[in-house]
Amino acid sequence: MPTAIDSPAAATAVVAEGKLRARRSETLTGWAFAAPFAVLFVLFLVVPAIYGLYLSFTGETLTGANSDLVGFANYTEALTDPDMWRSLGNTLWFTFLSTVPLVVLSLAFALLVNLGLPGRWLWRLSFFLPYLLASTVVVLFWSWMYNPKIGLINGVLAELGIAPVAWLQDPKVAMFSVVITTLWWTIGFNFLLYLAALQNIPEQQFEAAAIDGAGKWRQLFAIVIPQLAPTTALILTLQVLASLKVFDQIYMLTNGGPAGSTRSIVQYIYESGFTGYRFGFSSAISYLFFAIIVLVSLAQYRLLNRRSGR
Amino acid sequence: MSTHTLSRGLNRKAYKPGENPWSVSRMIALLILAFLAATWLVPFGWAVLTSLKSEADAGATNLSLSPPDGFSFDAYRKVLTAGEIPAWAWNSLITSVAITVITVATSALAGYAFSRLDFRGRRWLYAAIIAAIIIPPQLLIVPLFRQMLAFDLVDTYWGIILPQAFAPAMVLILKRFFDQIPRELEEAARVDGANRLRVFWSIVLPLSRPILAAVAIFVFIGAWNNFLWPFIVTTDAGLMTLPVGLQTVKSAYGLQYAQNMASAILAALPLVVVFLFFQRQIIKGIATTGFGGQ
Repeated sequence: MPTAIDSPAAATAVVAEGKLRARRSETLTGWAFAAPFAVLFVLFLVVPAIYGLYLSFTGETLTGANSDLVGFANYTEALTDPDMWRSLGNTLWFTFLSTVPLVVLSLAFALLVNLGLPGRWLWRLSFFLPYLLASTVVVLFWSWMYNPKIGLINGVLAELGIAPVAWLQDPKVAMFSVVITTLWWTIGFNFLLYLAALQNIPEQQFEAAAIDGAGKWRQLFAIVIPQLAPTTALILTLQVLASLKVFDQIYMLTNGGPAGSTRSIVQYIYESGFTGYRFGFSSAISYLFFAIIVLVSLAQYRLLNRRSGR
Repeated sequence: MSTHTLSRGLNRKAYKPGENPWSVSRMIALLILAFLAATWLVPFGWAVLTSLKSEADAGATNLSLSPPDGFSFDAYRKVLTAGEIPAWAWNSLITSVAITVITVATSALAGYAFSRLDFRGRRWLYAAIIAAIIIPPQLLIVPLFRQMLAFDLVDTYWGIILPQAFAPAMVLILKRFFDQIPRELEEAARVDGANRLRVFWSIVLPLSRPILAAVAIFVFIGAWNNFLWPFIVTTDAGLMTLPVGLQTVKSAYGLQYAQNMASAILAALPLVVVFLFFQRQIIKGIATTGFGGQ
């Protein structure tokens, strides 16, 4: 509707209306662009997240029987369930055991490769290649390595005169075997992050330190490691969250055994849902575990922000 | 960190011109590195070696490199002709390509909307996406499976594809990349009358090729290797993806170690090829964005 512009106020009104119209058309375009993603996001993340929360308050099983609301019954049952605490404990133990070497060793590997020794592409390939494998392939390789009678590891131990170890059958050893496999499989990712960060430290800093008489080791602890702090923080964050979610390799290597000594919390969620068919109970554990993940994320966020002085 | 300094950095020599590249300490470091790299390659080597043996030799306690029956490709032949590996590889390929195409397309469109379009509800949706990044998909398996039952998608390609075909983190990465593209480039085209889709298609996307390639490679690798979701949503052996199918092989073949290892190597091969072709993008992608998966 064209209007005669006869006063500054009218002019402002026209401009405002034009802006409003532009805004409206931007809203349409914006949603048209975001819609394909938003639909998938809502259907396969928001809806199941809400539906799961609802399920966790019902007694839902496979047959649909007892699908009434049961209040917090599933939660109180989970919190008093020794199996839940055991698998949570296993998960935290795995997270601790895997995170430490996955940070320390990946840094050591990156420092070694960064020395500029010949054969750089080969080192990079050796450490990174396993990261590309599917968990199933990793497990096929390692269950063969760990084979108690004819596996390579016990074979080499026998050559050295050491008694065979029941890598996956001994409850005292099984978790360590899982950690070794995980270390082999996933170290390449952290290694690449460290390598990239190392190569971004300005050369001048080393030259200045060398002029001041600092040796290689001194440079490592006074320049390199402090400069890598943000990368270390990133790696720690990603690693802890990834380790908490462990499932594949444990499920396939030991199936949680022997005697539940390696069963992770995700496996417990899977089992109570898909072999026990207790959908409500399984969802309740999911939400308890999600609460832990949120707490860990918040704690990490606060710690990291304090360290960087913000 | 710009990708330019990084690619230069990846080839930087750590020793300076005056330094002796063959000093004793460097030689010791080289030995340690060679030992570690060899250790990391051993599982591959042992698997390849086993896959080339006869079942009798593979199952014998024998570490020697010369098995009595000699080496052959028998295990590979059996696995490829008698087993379902070709069908599983096909399922993996179809679903992974579909997941990659849908994820990259939807993330790029949404990332552009968040970067450039001031639409109503934008902040709300953006906050939801950021919050969603910390929800582990592993925790949604039960409700998601119930949904798939309701949609009648259990044991279908779409059932495998759809719940994996979006990635909130990729939307953020692409948004951040689009934010860096100068707006002037688009404004000129807008003045000439090009609509948003046209600007996006012929200006923004061509400028974003490297990041789109990195995102696509990571989504593809993640989809190809994913185990838990395809494992839950498929029961029909003919529809299984390679990782899920291999899990059944392990128990079905029982003590057939040579065939087990041949299957594992065949399953790993496509990704090794992908890596050799896209090494730079993969390394740059991890180094610059810190994303990767697993």
